[in-house]
Amino acid sequence: MTDVKATKPNLQGYKDFSIGGFHFRRDEFFAHITWPTGKHVMSADTFLRALQRDVAWDFFYGTVNFDHVFGTVNHYGNVDMFAGRFNDAYRKAELDHTENFESPVLKQTFEAMLDDWTNASFDPFASPAETDKPFGQKKGSNTSAVTRRRVAAARMVGVPGDEKIRTDKTHPINRMFADVPQDEPEVYPEPGFEKDVAAFSLFAYLSRSDVTWNPSVVSICKASLYCPTTEEYILPIVHGNDRVDWFIQLSDEIVWDVQDRDSGAPRAKVTMKAGDVAAMPADIRHQGYSPKRSMLLVWENADPGLPERISKGLASVHAVQF
Amino acid sequence: MTKYVTKFGSLDSYEKGGIEIINDDPKHYVFSNIFEVANSSKPWEKVAVGKNMEYVIEAIRAQGTSEWRTCAHDEFPTVLDGEVTIELVKLDKPTLAADHPGSVKLKDEPVGKKMGRIVLRRGHQALLPANSAYRFTAKKPGVLILQTIHGDDTIERWADICLS
Repeated sequence: MTDVKATKPNLQGYKDFSIGGFHFRRDEFFAHITWPTGKHVMSADTFLRALQRDVAWDFFYGTVNFDHVFGTVNHYGNVDMFAGRFNDAYRKAELDHTENFESPVLKQTFEAMLDDWTNASFDPFASPAETDKPFGQKKGSNTSAVTRRRVAAARMVGVPGDEKIRTDKTHPINRMFADVPQDEPEVYPEPGFEKDVAAFSLFAYLSRSDVTWNPSVVSICKASLYCPTTEEYILPIVHGNDRVDWFIQLSDEIVWDVQDRDSGAPRAKVTMKAGDVAAMPADIRHQGYSPKRSMLLVWENADPGLPERISKGLASVHAVQF
Repeated sequence: MTKYVTKFGSLDSYEKGGIEIINDDPKHYVFSNIFEVANSSKPWEKVAVGKNMEYVIEAIRAQGTSEWRTCAHDEFPTVLDGEVTIELVKLDKPTLAADHPGSVKLKDEPVGKKMGRIVLRRGHQALLPANSAYRFTAKKPGVLILQTIHGDDTIERWADICLS
């Protein structure tokens, strides 16, 4: 583990950060990224929302594109940070740049940057309609929001000793889910079986989520993970797959733009309504749009050997052949 | 103030989305709708609507009383429409090898202690513990999805249920 390389606060109150050949600076409106062969500017809003997901998800599965230029690729233990790697024009101009870091080392810098660059009234996990803007000179911090614990059930939410269901005390019902029934299942365990006879209301649980585009694990069948999430506005990253993942739309509607993972060329637009199921192939990147807060069940296979089998051609990039 | 309406689907009322292809094959997205699948299924048929290597999500039309089944690993049903009661029995002698994937039908009534009963309605999820026996009952037609592993009775009919 190395120390985070940071400067003293600039005129706007924000520190600069450096790691490897990458340098990060923010001002009132923008994040400025430089690397040995180029530079890039992103809205502070877009950058912080993407940075929040990358940090909270431990670099997630596959590629986290902050936008069409900058992002990370997870190798599960180490991580590539890149500029222009998945952009045809940057690659042809040989302006792309990639550096590899031990995951904890890069995460430490990202966490420090996220904490320093997030003001008190901005929550990068919240819907834009439910938080203040991230712009302006530095004004306080929001450490509790940017260091939220990621919920991950060991067996299932609601099982005694596992993740608890959500209540008014901790998680008020979201304004867009005020009509979602809050009744819980009727559970009648015989004496001695209280730990094994369990159920909870997934819909009520999701209606009380205080974050958007942030999958959390609610049930586990070996490497099969149910990772539901509530979505509103735009997925703040463009997620590049290294395995097939599945979407089950539980409520309302999401439109997905699907592109080629490596080039970004458009491949399809997938509109999902309640009850729809779709696979996202292992060779695509995708970004979702949810006009109203919706419930999405993301279904993942957490088998650690999968990405290598797919990259070697031992497993298909498609979920099913028919 | 805007009154938001959350849209869920049901056997009787659902809208299906779709795929606008730009440069791909719609089959790659294995796109189906759970309620549409359940509408064309027999009661308690286990129709895969998602498959990720050995893992599946099955869409099940809940209607009447199911057979008794058991499984060597945990499974998780979630009700998307209707009301489903689950009875659970702790088998005196588990019948499956520890690595047996998916559930199997029991030939006879389960022998063991009653573990309890669960009543699920729309949006409710339950645990079916490994090596228990379970049976579902739905007085009216409903729908559930099951998080499990591909088993002997998992039905795959992708060409019938998916956009192509």
